[in-house]
Amino acid sequence: MHRFLLAVLRRDLTLAARRRGDWLIAQFFFVMVASLFPLGVGPEPEMLARIGPGVLWVAATLASLLSLSRLFADDHHDGSLEHMVLSPEPTVLLVLGKSLAHWLIYCIPLLLIAPVLGIQFNLPWDAIWVLEISLLLGTPILSLLGSVGAALTLGLRGGGVLLTLLILPLYVPALIFGAGAVDGVMSGTGGQAHLSLLGAFMVLSLMIAPWIAAAALRVSLE
Amino acid sequence: MNLYTFASPVNFYHLSGKLIPWFTWSAVLLTVAGLYISFFVAPTDFQQSEAYRIIFIHVPAAWMSMFIYMVMAFWGAIGLAFNTRLSFMMARALAPTGAIFTFIALWTGAWWGKPMWGAWWVWDARLTSELILLFLYVGIIALWSAIDDVKRGDRAGALLTLIGAINVPIIYFSVKWWNTLHQGASINLMKAPSMAKIMLIGMLVMAIAAWLYTIAVALVRVRGIILERERQSEWVKAILEREA
Repeated sequence: MHRFLLAVLRRDLTLAARRRGDWLIAQFFFVMVASLFPLGVGPEPEMLARIGPGVLWVAATLASLLSLSRLFADDHHDGSLEHMVLSPEPTVLLVLGKSLAHWLIYCIPLLLIAPVLGIQFNLPWDAIWVLEISLLLGTPILSLLGSVGAALTLGLRGGGVLLTLLILPLYVPALIFGAGAVDGVMSGTGGQAHLSLLGAFMVLSLMIAPWIAAAALRVSLE
Repeated sequence: MNLYTFASPVNFYHLSGKLIPWFTWSAVLLTVAGLYISFFVAPTDFQQSEAYRIIFIHVPAAWMSMFIYMVMAFWGAIGLAFNTRLSFMMARALAPTGAIFTFIALWTGAWWGKPMWGAWWVWDARLTSELILLFLYVGIIALWSAIDDVKRGDRAGALLTLIGAINVPIIYFSVKWWNTLHQGASINLMKAPSMAKIMLIGMLVMAIAAWLYTIAVALVRVRGIILERERQSEWVKAILEREA
């Protein structure tokens, strides 16, 4: 069972390593969306620090969405997805492995870039530190819930936009708790409550999302 | 008589045909009675004056918006578990009404908010989660319309409804979770309601009217879906020929 999970993980990581351009696009998208906000709302440091946590979280959400429509699409296109679903190994593990790979490929780099953007937004160091923790706890939710949307919209016309429509509402709690934790630190109330709720939401998605995504994958492949 | 016979689209089509007039007329009567109580019987509120009367529409609409979503999730779960075609049709028939009630709740809430809070819209927890509920309805309806294959569409919609159902309890408890502008729930099952009895009666009559309306409309819509999906069968052809 573990070997199957590791095999799926290793396969997706290898594929990503061979197509380096793909994951870099999502990271640059993150940087660009975040950089557009100061241009739109003005460069006052106090205001940037005020909106920074929310902007960085929204940008991270959109960046991870950008890559989600291809989570299953490439394997579906060349037919290997059907073989993996037909194999005796549980589909849940396939979905879990793919979500995990998506998180490692697309979300971990966001964690590395976020402090730089945090400095650009004039966030204090302790806020940047909490932003990192909140992204670490919160981005798995994006990959896990996103796998449900990717499985539901597999092979549909305009699947990418539809995926956004389906999944963004489900991301809202992660966004509220994630940005709320950073806001809490900056306003002096502390971010622990928000981080705990974010962690709880992550565990909940980990328990539920792979099963629903596996069921959705079977429905879409029928 | 076995209730499960009505899980077959043919039997349900005939049953719902008989039920629709009852639900429609009782919905009309209760709406008239409820509006009469709301506008002529219920006294003017000493704090909120006449503007509070919008709650007679707003509260039932907000209740229905959440309740219909739970019913859709219920039918979706039944359909996925027992593979019954009619359950999926019920879910599809309910979704537009749920979306409309969510929209009405948001719209009337804005009308109430302007005189009470001085703002059409505030980013308070309840308003925001009601807006997210509207997004969920729109997403489900969009998913259904994007999938041509009926069977896949049914199941995909049901799965999306189920995962979105996690959101509905968050809506309800959001008042406690995020402590903001929106006033707490006035009706509490644990203690006496903090509103005049006649106001409560008016609101409950309107709520029951909204229920009956929802049932009537959903039945009309499900009959249309049944006819569309069973168009190859003999009994549908017979009905259509008789009506033509």
